[in-house]
Amino acid sequence: MSGDPLLPLPYVVTDRAPETDDTVTLRLKPVRLTIPRLRPGQFTMLYVRGVGEIPISISGNLSVVDGSLTHTVREVGAVSRALCAAPVGTVIGVRGPFGTGWDLPSACDTDVLVVAGGLGLAPLRPVVLAALAQRWRYRRLILVVGARTPDDLLYRRELDEWARREDMAVVLTVDRPTQGWRGQVGFVTEPLSWLALDPSATTAFLCGPEPMMRFCASALLRRGILAGQIRLSLERNMQCGLGQCGHCQLGPLLVCWDGPVVNYAAVGALLTIKEL
Amino acid sequence: MRARDLFGEGTPFAGLAESHLEVLARAAREVSFAEGQRLFEEGAPAVGCWVVRRGCVAVDTVLPGQAPGVVQTLGPGQVVGWSWLVPPYRWHFGAVAVTPTLAVELDTEQLRAWAEHDPSFGYPVAMTLLATLLERLQATRARLLDLYGRPHER
Repeated sequence: MSGDPLLPLPYVVTDRAPETDDTVTLRLKPVRLTIPRLRPGQFTMLYVRGVGEIPISISGNLSVVDGSLTHTVREVGAVSRALCAAPVGTVIGVRGPFGTGWDLPSACDTDVLVVAGGLGLAPLRPVVLAALAQRWRYRRLILVVGARTPDDLLYRRELDEWARREDMAVVLTVDRPTQGWRGQVGFVTEPLSWLALDPSATTAFLCGPEPMMRFCASALLRRGILAGQIRLSLERNMQCGLGQCGHCQLGPLLVCWDGPVVNYAAVGALLTIKEL
Repeated sequence: MRARDLFGEGTPFAGLAESHLEVLARAAREVSFAEGQRLFEEGAPAVGCWVVRRGCVAVDTVLPGQAPGVVQTLGPGQVVGWSWLVPPYRWHFGAVAVTPTLAVELDTEQLRAWAEHDPSFGYPVAMTLLATLLERLQATRARLLDLYGRPHER
């Protein structure tokens, strides 16, 4: 391990799996030193030499202890474009882990409701995998995934496998169906209005575009789930990852340090303040 | 079947008074649709309203030279069919069962007549439907934002 959290450690791309036309899952292995082990919900800063550094949540199975990291990246800017294009063998700088995690163990003995929109499924995938690995710890496991079109759904093979399981419920919904689509059509909030939920014993994990999470939180509050039972992962301009530079400030919070996973009771009111 | 069983927890009508549910139940019957069976056709006179109990219904529209375009799917507890509420009482969209579907069908002619005759029944029912419509409208607006698209494409 490295002692300096500002010093990227070299990792090499050992696998590159396209998920959609603009999203890739990369598997990274340490060249020599490893960063400390991540918890679901935490992120690393990925550095592409000569281009820049961006925060990316971990998306892999965290029970794997070989030091490898799995990140799912969507190309939206210069660094993410470079990461998506990185062929096997590319060396990437990695710092971290940073931020808070989903703290799945604290949802023990409750229904686990995972709601993901678009790329938001990536940071939540470790939650689902961890819940499945210790299935007996949790009551019902419900996964609701929203995407723009069926072609934009991540981890399709895995979603199909999960949908076939009897110990979890999977609802896939798209904004725009294509021919042959057999899932739901509608915004990701809509299944939340008809799913059978037990408000007194549900822990909700939300990740996706911020307005989507706000709308989902409102839908869950309408169903009687308390704000304190809703967790969400926020995105801001994370740079240092250590709560020092202040670029990711959201009111009293520094998202890289106090987040990215936060409780809706703590941030709900902040999310509609325009200046933030 | 008791009114509370037809319109209880998980349906938009769950918050209505027992007496109102009893009236609703008098206009209700259970129906089932096979996969692919149409509930109604776009443009036809709008008669009937359904609360899905089990299964899935797609709301669709005619597209020239193509299969109907699905604009939304509706699952258990959700209401299908609004056009019977206001003139010209014609379906604006069609609806088809995507999977074998069990639903509670409301006699909307009867319901409208009772609601007009007794506003103390009609008002809470209308408000219940309005709340459901509002939820549907908000979800549609959220979808219009195209939140999952690339920022420069939205």
